[in-house]
Amino acid sequence: MAQSAEVDFSPGKAQLVDLAALKSRFARIDEWVASPDGNSIAAPVKTEEGRFTICVNDQTWPDSFDLLWMLRYTPAGKLMALVQSDFEWTVAVDGKPWENTFEYVWQPRWSRDGEIIAALCKKDNEYGVVIEDKPWENRFKAVRDFALSEDGKRAAVTVQTDSLGEADVPGFFEGVWSLAVDGQLWDKKYINTWSPIFNADGSKVAAQIRTDICEYSISVDGADWTERYGCVWEPIFKGTNGTVIAPIRHGKNWTLAEDGRPIWSGEYNQLWRHSFSPDGSKLAAIVSPEFGRWTIAVDDKPWKRRFKDMVLEPTFSPDSKRVAAPVKSDGRWNIAVDGEVSGQGWDQIWDPVFTPDGAHVLAKAKQDKGFLVVCDGKPVRTNLSLCWDPIVSPDGQHVMLRYVEDEKYVREVVPIEELAR
Amino acid sequence: MYEFSRGPLVWIAFIVLIGGTIYRVAKIYRDSKKERVVHPYMSLSHGMRSIAHWLVPFGARNMRMRPVFTVMSFLFHICLLLTPIFLLGHVMLFEQSWGISWWTLPDGLANVMTILVVVAVTVFALRRLAHPVVRFVTKTSDWVLLVIVAAPFVTGLLAYYQVFDYRTVMILHMWSGALWLMVIPFTRIVHMIFFPLTRAYMGSEFGHVRSARDW
Amino acid sequence: MKFKKTPESLVKDPGLDETIKNLTPERIVQVVNRVLTKENSARLQAYLDTCVHCGLCADACHTYVSRDKDPLFAPVSKVRQTLWELVRRKGNVDGEFIRNAARIAFTECGVCRRCSMYCPFGIDMAYLLLIVRRICSLLGVVPVYLQDTTNSHSVTSNQMWVQQDEWIDTLQWQEEEAQAELSTVRIPLEKEGADVMYSVIAPEPKILAQLLGNMAIIFKAAGEDWTMPATDGWDNSNMAMYSGDFEIMGRVERLHWETAARLKVKKIIMGECGHAFRGAVYDGPRWLSWQYPPIPMIHAIEYYYDLISSGRIKIKQKYQEHVTIQDPCNTVRGRGLGDKLRYIVDALCEKFTDVDPKQEHNYCCAAGGGVINCGPPWKRSRMLSNRVKAEQLGKTGADVIITPCHNCHSGIEDIIGFYNLGMHVKFINEILVECMEKPEESEG
Ligand code: HEM
Ligand code: SF4
Ligand code: SF4
Repeated sequence: MAQSAEVDFSPGKAQLVDLAALKSRFARIDEWVASPDGNSIAAPVKTEEGRFTICVNDQTWPDSFDLLWMLRYTPAGKLMALVQSDFEWTVAVDGKPWENTFEYVWQPRWSRDGEIIAALCKKDNEYGVVIEDKPWENRFKAVRDFALSEDGKRAAVTVQTDSLGEADVPGFFEGVWSLAVDGQLWDKKYINTWSPIFNADGSKVAAQIRTDICEYSISVDGADWTERYGCVWEPIFKGTNGTVIAPIRHGKNWTLAEDGRPIWSGEYNQLWRHSFSPDGSKLAAIVSPEFGRWTIAVDDKPWKRRFKDMVLEPTFSPDSKRVAAPVKSDGRWNIAVDGEVSGQGWDQIWDPVFTPDGAHVLAKAKQDKGFLVVCDGKPVRTNLSLCWDPIVSPDGQHVMLRYVEDEKYVREVVPIEELAR
Repeated sequence: MYEFSRGPLVWIAFIVLIGGTIYRVAKIYRDSKKERVVHPYMSLSHGMRSIAHWLVPFGARNMRMRPVFTVMSFLFHICLLLTPIFLLGHVMLFEQSWGISWWTLPDGLANVMTILVVVAVTVFALRRLAHPVVRFVTKTSDWVLLVIVAAPFVTGLLAYYQVFDYRTVMILHMWSGALWLMVIPFTRIVHMIFFPLTRAYMGSEFGHVRSARDW
Repeated sequence: MKFKKTPESLVKDPGLDETIKNLTPERIVQVVNRVLTKENSARLQAYLDTCVHCGLCADACHTYVSRDKDPLFAPVSKVRQTLWELVRRKGNVDGEFIRNAARIAFTECGVCRRCSMYCPFGIDMAYLLLIVRRICSLLGVVPVYLQDTTNSHSVTSNQMWVQQDEWIDTLQWQEEEAQAELSTVRIPLEKEGADVMYSVIAPEPKILAQLLGNMAIIFKAAGEDWTMPATDGWDNSNMAMYSGDFEIMGRVERLHWETAARLKVKKIIMGECGHAFRGAVYDGPRWLSWQYPPIPMIHAIEYYYDLISSGRIKIKQKYQEHVTIQDPCNTVRGRGLGDKLRYIVDALCEKFTDVDPKQEHNYCCAAGGGVINCGPPWKRSRMLSNRVKAEQLGKTGADVIITPCHNCHSGIEDIIGFYNLGMHVKFINEILVECMEKPEESEG
């Protein structure tokens, strides 16, 4: 979420950048990204053969690079990219490359506020993590799943602890995967570890583990749940008391378990992507109550309405009262709110954005080649050539829309009543 | 003995056949529901399409590749099913007991059909010995089954030609016929019941799900 | 029942020979019961009870036909030697039995489903042999190279231990390569909201990277709005499906679909691979409780067909070599794409001789179904199992075999070598790039 407190939400529409004019300036312009305050738009551009830089509005960064990609605004409005010069990669933030360079750097992550940036990196054929230009001292044979704590101070990553020869299956089943947190290995090894996650204050890490060919469980800071399951999915932490909740499979069915004990009695064909409401009182998950039918269950109670194709991760309203999720049936994407769908359905849809009181739900969508903005199921802007997620003002009165129309980048702030009419 | 075989035994045989069939179908239906991934993919039209192709002689490539066996197999099954139903003697029994009757086969034809069944069983038996694959997968039960299938036809022929003691042969005929009916749901002859089910499933998987043909 | 000694039963593979030493009778019984009674029911029962032991499925199988009709290689014989015994003995079998069952199920059957088109009851022998594989997998008895591939899937979600940085690096390098050919080409990474996510199997970045560059050129020419993920989930292949590790299979497929959902694409277009199609469209979704793929998945054959038939791509000059086709089981028998494949080949090639038998009835390449992934120890056996393929291809008199599937491609290449056919294999991708009109040329 953007630091919307500092953002100017006075109503009005402004055409900030003429993208058509830029087209002739550069041989190649990659994907545009818009800043969280809506004032800038940026893209990687090719200035001459083999040289890339960033164009922000109509200004280019002073430095240029051999390669440049993965341009992103963090929620704090920092503009970062992965850049290569002289066969060395690094992260560039607001035009300035980090001092440390790497054989490769990828998977950028940032703290919740977007102030701290981290990434996976590779040096001398060994892998590690770099946070704000400070690489971990310890590096590993291989790394895979990567998590950053909310404050961005700590990182956890699944790592390979020992090298294996070609097709060394017995060696693999001895367990050569573990977790490194801030560069320090857990003292346990597993056949597999996946999806590390920090608790809210960054003091604990949980992950999925595999202890035998078909034996799965959850480990928290290297202490494994005693129970073993036919399969598990990503764990999450509950509130502040630090218990961990994960989907578990027993027999052919899935349910949720907390520290190894089932807490939902529903037996689902599938269950994943569970999350708590902001106040921590409700737990929602994607479930399949019957084969080939999907929905959201809130506190073990599935919505009546089922969707055939797909349901994505639920989002709670800031007041924790409502739940919305992207859903797809018969090839059409929509947003379902508390089990109800009001839109006609589109080719593609993005995550729902609630107003603070939960009264309205906005989302970006795409139909054929044109983007649109949807409010409470009704398209409110259509046929846009590009568009970013709408941003709601903290008081819930206004919405900032960022889009490209007729080759102009537009920042528009609209009172919510106007959209929700 | 004779009276028992004529009366209650037939009843018992049909009850076991029908009861057994219902049981097998009900169980496979329930289990297939539990398996979750069977019913959602069933398609009536594709199922029927597949069944049709495999019930029509030479409707499938495999049948065209081995014409002699195909003819044999179809004659066997047709004679096997039609002869007992349309045999004058059997229909008369029904008429005597329940007063219902239907069209019957001329005696001569019925005779030929019965002989065909026995010949076919003999060919199947020889094939079980001669074809290395079939031989490799033959179990004792396959032999028993062939005997059970052939027995009512053989004893029927013996009775017709009045070889041996007619009454004894008739009792054997009735018992073997009853056995024949009763084992259908509980042996591999259950293929008669399951054929439409497995075929419809494969037909749906091929046709409905994978847009391909399965014949 | 004793297993008969065949040369194959003497092949050394630590994945089978060593692992059976750790088995206890209790463990075997436990796993067999779990798989036979808890994981399977109606279909298994119906198939076991319905089979009349008639042997009509025998001639359907390339291993049986290629090995002079050795009865041990008929589909029903493979089931007899494995599943029938496991059922009859309720799992009371020894390690040696499991070893042989694994050999049969993993290396002598490609789960190609050709035999189920020849059985009058439509009995799915491939399904039955996959049950045997499942049992072996839970017991840890899997050919070592195949298990290694599954292990790679479990760690990396791709088939060949490709590191995350290697993947991205390869795409960037292929973009540059392709630009030498067509300067405006891009491989757009992580482009949320593109129409298409393109997914491939790991051998493409690992050993056949130019296929990626080719595809970038094709997409450019077609004006496609496409992207590729710079995270795990880009690989659509799935050997865990074939090793019997369905939990890993599900995990891999889930990530693949969730990656497409994260990128907000309308559909996935996938490269020329057959088993990957099966995993992504059938086996994977079912295990995860999707009835159909959550997002449409378009196989390259369908895509090329659409491009050519709609005129989005024009053929400049036809390919001159004499060609024939290998119909991949999983997209032709598994999706009915045989006609579209022939349409493409007719449009692209001057001289085409079809195979016989063809379409759904084509013989398997003997590499699919995880067989080629069983690796070098089993190569000779695999070659002996497909003499019929060499004969079938040889009869066409063609010089080039178009094989729109990675397994077929490698498998047929091996067969060409082993039987001295003097032919070559090609993906459609390679011929299409060579023959199509490229945008700059048409502008110029
Ligand atoms: C409508 C019902 C039936 C259908 C669709 C059917 C179908 C088949 C099929 C497809 C076969 C495979 C081999 C072949 O074609 O010969 C077969 C074999 C056989 N059937 Fe049937 N069948 C039916 C009823 C019966 C009945 C009622 C019996 C006996 C009571 C029977 C006895 C046999 C025997 C003994 C064989 C094995 C032949 C061998 O040993 O190779 N069938 N049946
Ligand atoms: S290889 Fe194919 S034809 Fe042969 S037994 Fe296996 S599935 Fe059947
Ligand atoms: S699988 Fe089918 S064709 Fe093969 S022996 Fe059994 S019934 Fe006959």
